[in-house]
Amino acid sequence: METTSPVERLLRGIAITLVCLFFMFPIVWIVLMSFQTNETILRVPPSVIFVPTLENYTALITGKLETQAGTLDIDFMGNLWNSLFLSTTSVAIGLILGVPAAYAFARLKFRGSEDIAFTLLSFRFAPPLLVLLPLTIYFQQLGLANTYGGLIWVYQLIVLPLILWIVRGYFEDIPADIEYAYRIAGHDFWSTFRRIALPLAGPGIAAAGLLSFIFAWNNFVFALVLASADKQPVTVGALAFVTASGIQYGQVAAGIVLSIAPTFALALYAQRYLVEGLSLGAVKG
Amino acid sequence: MTTAATDQPRRRRFRVSRRVLPYLLSLPALLTCIGILIPFLTAVIYSLQRYRLSQPWARQFNWGENYLNFFTDPAFWNTLKVSVTYAFLTVTVELLLGLGIALLLQKRTRTNNFISIMLLMPLMTAPALAALMWKLMTNPGFGILSYFATLLGIQDFNWASDPQTAMLTVVIVDVWVYTPFIMILLLAGLRSLPPQPFEAAALDGVPRWFVFWRITLPMLTPFLLTATLFRVIESIQQFDIIYAMTQGGPGDTLTVFQVEAYLNFFQSTNVGRSAALLMILWAITYVLSNIFIKNWLRLREKQRGNA
Repeated sequence: METTSPVERLLRGIAITLVCLFFMFPIVWIVLMSFQTNETILRVPPSVIFVPTLENYTALITGKLETQAGTLDIDFMGNLWNSLFLSTTSVAIGLILGVPAAYAFARLKFRGSEDIAFTLLSFRFAPPLLVLLPLTIYFQQLGLANTYGGLIWVYQLIVLPLILWIVRGYFEDIPADIEYAYRIAGHDFWSTFRRIALPLAGPGIAAAGLLSFIFAWNNFVFALVLASADKQPVTVGALAFVTASGIQYGQVAAGIVLSIAPTFALALYAQRYLVEGLSLGAVKG
Repeated sequence: MTTAATDQPRRRRFRVSRRVLPYLLSLPALLTCIGILIPFLTAVIYSLQRYRLSQPWARQFNWGENYLNFFTDPAFWNTLKVSVTYAFLTVTVELLLGLGIALLLQKRTRTNNFISIMLLMPLMTAPALAALMWKLMTNPGFGILSYFATLLGIQDFNWASDPQTAMLTVVIVDVWVYTPFIMILLLAGLRSLPPQPFEAAALDGVPRWFVFWRITLPMLTPFLLTATLFRVIESIQQFDIIYAMTQGGPGDTLTVFQVEAYLNFFQSTNVGRSAALLMILWAITYVLSNIFIKNWLRLREKQRGNA
């Protein structure tokens, strides 16, 4: 198995290069596009040699887009802020509500616990529009349509099941004896949870938080259906931006780069948790 | 005497809270459950009604009519065909590609770990934004991929705007985004396999294709099954990539379940048909996800036993 011929090593090298090319090229190309003016983007044949410009980014940050027809106001920074606010708040609320619940599911077997857990998990795989379309009508009646509160509530549908199931697995892995020992030493339920269970499940909570942040950030359909322009996150905003800006491809590319940069940075920073979370706690070690 | 008096009420309070505590802690989960179940039941009712947003006065129960109409509705069969084709193509390619990459990166070396982290980047991209990226690259005017196509001698290759190649284009985007998911799951699976059978085979000089078919693949099957089921469930519901790329077009070439339901609801305001479509999609995913959850829990238990 260890003896590899030079031919085989060459083939392996070629295969890995091709794989990297396919998966990395789009990202590299869009980043390059974001530093180009429209003239250099529209050149035929395309070329990687150009004078980089920051004008796409300044246009997005100042919110003023120069077109032949005049200045166009764009609120891409607003979209970016919405993404940040919606994802952070949803994950924070999801963790506050979800971690104690995960502990209850893992430690205190009670009537109906398995049913609730299963219902939540099986709806994680249900078509989101099935829940969203009736919700649009309910939200209008409740006055929740196009509010941050309503969106954050709906985002819990993505965030909570993920947190519950990942964190529950980690709580179950902690030997119950450690907690009993601490309880017998005279500590109450709450401090056992805080001092023993929480720190031991730390990696799981981090993985769940990270993953649910990325899921919330990348979500498209919830906001498409329930939010109008001023509450839209980048995923929906970018699509509207393409239609509004017409042929300002450089700015579109810059917008995409700004929208994917946060999740990329998070993923690189916390890759270990990411891999653990992605395998759904199915494969640990 | 005094200790007994103070002990008694405290213990009772503890017992009561002990019974209520789990419910208190899981209340948010319970509320989410209810929050999902109410719209779900509403959707069931919608699907049994003749209900158009443009004609609210004509709203009434028609019971199974929305479903019965599907049998003679070519648009429905098209939706079913497109969805199944999409799910089949994406998952097959992703599985083969993901397995191949996982095998290439199996050894724990610095370079391999670095590459596997880099390959996760497409998965971190929002699918809707990934579709936009590919839209920019396949633009007939300046798209780099359109240019590559002309270099290969294919003139006027129109990617997503041509009914002939629209499916191909969205499948490529899906493969780009989700192959890393399968890769990372299979890589974790490969690296968790016990080394003894492989060492024994190496000692006996067993040919490597034989090792792959007879040892690696069978031992990897639970992981393959989990990954496949998970992806099929997601892929048959794909909305983001297709909607961002073509909104189901050109024509009805890409009207998969969720896109068709979305268009039914917001464009033709036919709530009844939209809900019935989603119920059928739900039934499909419900069966698949039950198999998946059982399979996944079994895998998880097994991993725990090994650890």
